[in-house]
Amino acid sequence: MKNIVIIARRELAAYFATPLAYVFIVTFLAGAGAVTFFMGDFFGRRQADLQAFFSFHPWLFLVLIPAVGMRLWAEERKSGTIELLMTLPVTTTEAVAGKFVAAWLFTGIALVLTFPIWISVNYLGDPDNGVIVASYVGSFLMAGALLALASCLSALTRNQVIAFVIAAAASFLFLMSGLDLVLGLVRSWAPSYVIDMISSLSFLTHFLTIADGVLPLPAIVFFLSMIAVCLFINAQIVELKKAS
Amino acid sequence: MADLIEVESLSKRFGAIVAVDDVSFSVARGVVMGFLGPNGAGKSTTMRVITGYLPPTSGTARVLGKDIQRSPVEVKRSIGFLPEGAPLYGDMTVMAFLEFIARIRDVHGVRRQQRIQYSIERMGLEQVLYQRIETLSKGFKRRVGFAQAILHDPDVLILDEPTDGLDPNQKHHVRELIRELGKNKAIIISTHILEEVDAVCDRAVIIDRGRVVMNGTPSELHAKSRRYNSVVVRVKADVAPKAAKLLRGLPHVTAVESSAPVNGSVPLVVVPRDGRFIADEVGIAVRQNGIEVDEMHTQVVHLDEVFRQLTVGQEKPLR
Ligand SMILES: Nc1ncnc2c1ncn2[C@@H]1O[C@H](COP(=O)(O)OP(=O)(O)OP(=O)(O)O)[C@@H](O)[C@H]1O
Ligand SMILES: [Mg+2]
Repeated sequence: MKNIVIIARRELAAYFATPLAYVFIVTFLAGAGAVTFFMGDFFGRRQADLQAFFSFHPWLFLVLIPAVGMRLWAEERKSGTIELLMTLPVTTTEAVAGKFVAAWLFTGIALVLTFPIWISVNYLGDPDNGVIVASYVGSFLMAGALLALASCLSALTRNQVIAFVIAAAASFLFLMSGLDLVLGLVRSWAPSYVIDMISSLSFLTHFLTIADGVLPLPAIVFFLSMIAVCLFINAQIVELKKAS
Repeated sequence: MADLIEVESLSKRFGAIVAVDDVSFSVARGVVMGFLGPNGAGKSTTMRVITGYLPPTSGTARVLGKDIQRSPVEVKRSIGFLPEGAPLYGDMTVMAFLEFIARIRDVHGVRRQQRIQYSIERMGLEQVLYQRIETLSKGFKRRVGFAQAILHDPDVLILDEPTDGLDPNQKHHVRELIRELGKNKAIIISTHILEEVDAVCDRAVIIDRGRVVMNGTPSELHAKSRRYNSVVVRVKADVAPKAAKLLRGLPHVTAVESSAPVNGSVPLVVVPRDGRFIADEVGIAVRQNGIEVDEMHTQVVHLDEVFRQLTVGQEKPLR
């Protein structure tokens, strides 16, 4: 546990040591603000809520989360510091968890920094703050699951650009797997339980159940187990790939 | 004294490549072992296995009696490791990096300050403490890597080419430090600089294509040279053939090699049989036969030569 904290601290500091952190945060805030107030027809609907803001999160995450996750292991392998890290007295699991926690906290910071939007809607009207809190938690959980996926995939390569591209593609599939766009591809030949399984892996479907208001337990369990599974695979990949 | 590092029939394969092939050796406390071998011989791979970075294909290693595969974290705790090329987190300052290492190696309280201070002083890092590592020169990066390895005062140090990229002053300084630390630790250093073996090592292990070709003290290494204890006699060019013939006839001489005359005198290298001491014999022979000698001295054997002798096998030379 102590080691996870130490690694996470170092990793979080590394995010802020590069311009990437600021680019990410500014992009996220600008994107979130723009979509909430303009694209989401915030003023036209004459309704003080953050529905447009939250429904835009999956699409923002689709690009931004792979950008945060791509460096986690790819950079470590490229610079050779993985040899330093993995010969320190820490387990692979601790290293994987520490790095993930840092990246997740970083996205958490970006989410927290959207609070002016929340204050604005409270100033302009009388929103259901319970729904907003639940949506923030849901958004954070979904970001975590996407990050775990990105972290896992970044261990496959030493090239950050490749890590970004495959993470973005995988995120897209996992987000969309509940929609007909993806299901249509398998519906013609796969048995129905496969289709049900694929659609139950959809991040978007689970996220939308949260955004509806209360925090449904299945969605929470889904995102947390998604994180656990991805990080477990992540550790296996790190072990396997060290050798090559 | 018990061996702190024991390597037992260690092999490491990467697909079809056999990088380390049945290597065994051990290093006791108080011993600095030089690990030599041509490029690609398997030095770094062996070190990576001992430090727990790579799993062995077969065989094993123990550090302070602990098996590297059964107790990896404990083994890593007792080792200070400078990986090849000294990889470091470039985005950190030197100070932040050393603090990170101290934390993760569980060096805390007053001792943390003391150990960080010690490493900084020993590696002369004072003027770069608050500089980002990626902006440091190659030699300074190496010094930060070294400081990191000694920070927790480990019993075992494994240093992959520690003096590579250092200026002559720093090389000297680092060698002295290794000598000093070697008094109560077990140290393995890999190097391509063979004088370093004479300067700091108590033992030398040479590997070639993954196999150990020599394991002994530096003087045993010298003795491996064919030219060990050879005597060089410089004579005038006109008497050179006569002198060579005479010396070749001596009982303990196997060969006399002559080379091109320099300023009218020819250096004859008199090679002894089985590395015997022949200076006396050669001296008496030339005096009794009235051969005028310009100069006579015992040949200094360069380790490079021994190294080549032991490792230039079937490998094709570079063109
Ligand atoms: N990850 C890897 N995958 C495949 N082959 C490898 C890998 N690492 C090392 N090798 C091979 O193993 C052999 C030994 O390499 P190693 O780096 O241990 O040599 P070395 O003795 O340290 O050489 P140098 O003096 O150049 O540093 C080489 O043939 C190398 O190509
Ligand atoms: Mg090497």
